[in-house]
Amino acid sequence: MIPSRLPRRAGVGFKPEHFADILSAPEPIGFFEVHAENYMGAGGPPHAQLGKLREDHALSIHGVGLSIGSMQPLDRDHLARLKVLCDRYQPESFSEHLAWSTHDSVFLNDLLPLPYTEETLTHVVEHVDQVQDVLKRQMLLENPATYLLFEESTIEETVFLAEIARRTGCGLLLDVNNVFVAATNHNLDARDYIARFPLEVVREIHLSGHSETVDDLGAALLIDSHDTPVKDPVWALYETVIGRIGPVASLVEWDNDVPAWPVLRDEAMAAQRILDAAARQRAA
Amino acid sequence: MSAATQTAFAAGLFAATPPPAGLTAWNSRAPERRYGVYRNNVSASLTGALSSRFPVAERIVGLEFFRAMAQAFVLLHPPRSPLLLAYGDDFPDFVAAFEPARDIAYLPDVMRLEVARGRAYHAADAAPLDPQALAAVDPARLGDLVFTPHPALSIFSSPHPAVSIWAMNAGERPLTPLECWDGEDALVVRPQMIVEVTPLPPGGAIFHRLLAVGETLGLAAEAAMAAEERFDLSTNLAVLLRSGAFTAIREENPDEHRHHA
Repeated sequence: MIPSRLPRRAGVGFKPEHFADILSAPEPIGFFEVHAENYMGAGGPPHAQLGKLREDHALSIHGVGLSIGSMQPLDRDHLARLKVLCDRYQPESFSEHLAWSTHDSVFLNDLLPLPYTEETLTHVVEHVDQVQDVLKRQMLLENPATYLLFEESTIEETVFLAEIARRTGCGLLLDVNNVFVAATNHNLDARDYIARFPLEVVREIHLSGHSETVDDLGAALLIDSHDTPVKDPVWALYETVIGRIGPVASLVEWDNDVPAWPVLRDEAMAAQRILDAAARQRAA
Repeated sequence: MSAATQTAFAAGLFAATPPPAGLTAWNSRAPERRYGVYRNNVSASLTGALSSRFPVAERIVGLEFFRAMAQAFVLLHPPRSPLLLAYGDDFPDFVAAFEPARDIAYLPDVMRLEVARGRAYHAADAAPLDPQALAAVDPARLGDLVFTPHPALSIFSSPHPAVSIWAMNAGERPLTPLECWDGEDALVVRPQMIVEVTPLPPGGAIFHRLLAVGETLGLAAEAAMAAEERFDLSTNLAVLLRSGAFTAIREENPDEHRHHA
């Protein structure tokens, strides 16, 4: 099994509209991350661009459609497509979400939440095992941004994730924005969540923006919208994590209302400065 | 049972009913707005996927109308695969039968052209035929030539001026009143990395279609001429060579052909 091995630097979620800018003025970007499903056509500009980026950069392939948290069997055709993609580009990392998106044969195109029980744990563990068997790689599993809870849940999310990692050998992708969003939405302290999180198996961090609304009772409800700069409390949480575990691959995601390349690059540079500071502190 | 929980959760996403049982929040046992976030995400992301595949249709009918049409389509034809690159191939057929869009008779064909462009965008790469390739062929043998179609090629035909309407709304041509409402044909090709829509001269659609299925140049030209008296072979050959619609030529041996027949 090939381990996940992204460089311990800041990376950027690749957007095709930035391709020309990226080529014309190369920047010290630690790695690029792409959504797997956008590269499942036979050819054309997506593969031409990814092939070109791959020549000079580390790559993370991030799936958004495998539905690992589903109670039904994984889509074998989709898993086979992921295998083709990973074989073609040999990414430093492959990751997916603790969520489901397909039910019966309908693809719902959202990362939907699941109850945390012994039964769902067994299913997710089987699915992660299956993915790693087929891809012959260690995968990373990402913590979700959730808006509600299930009455039937009996296991705390950090314990659920730690147990999956322990049983399957997968790594975890810690989305710090998701932590802040979910903690706010469930009236919990994000720092407590981080304190309970199995940080020793974190191989990548995600940073992104969120938007704010309210629930039926007027309580804060944060939406994982990926359409703004990273917010201050999320940066603060990130610094806490990096202070604890040292530099780790850190991705800035900006998927909606995508800004000009320099704006996104500067967000990545801000993350890089935090990583550099942590590296200096460790060396001292 | 978690499978039942997921089934109820999924079923409620497309329904205007109260959220399924078993959901909760720190401050409420009936988290309607919280569940509504998922409903909204599913609806917005799927209609958004259709918007990005049909930008010209959206421009023609306007954002609000397009969204309503897309929502109606999503309800009846949700995606059956996580591969959204191909989601909405059947959206033009749905729009053709969509009562509120009935007055815009050309709309489904403009959308079919957008489908063809999307397919060409993601098709396998291949080097187009060298435009000089025919110069090396003995003129007496031209009629025996067989062409290999580019993986991105499709031949688009409409009884409406759908190619012009698409081009004007895609910003490829200035927006001017249409003088002629005759049908139009075009090649949809992607010789390199840019998808191109090349209008076809009279008889060009039948000519290119026959070549694309492996008929000889002689047969394709004869059939096009029989179907369309304005068909001009040299004009069509110029389009064929310039467009990058084909990747290779070979000579079909007439004797061998007879033998197999």
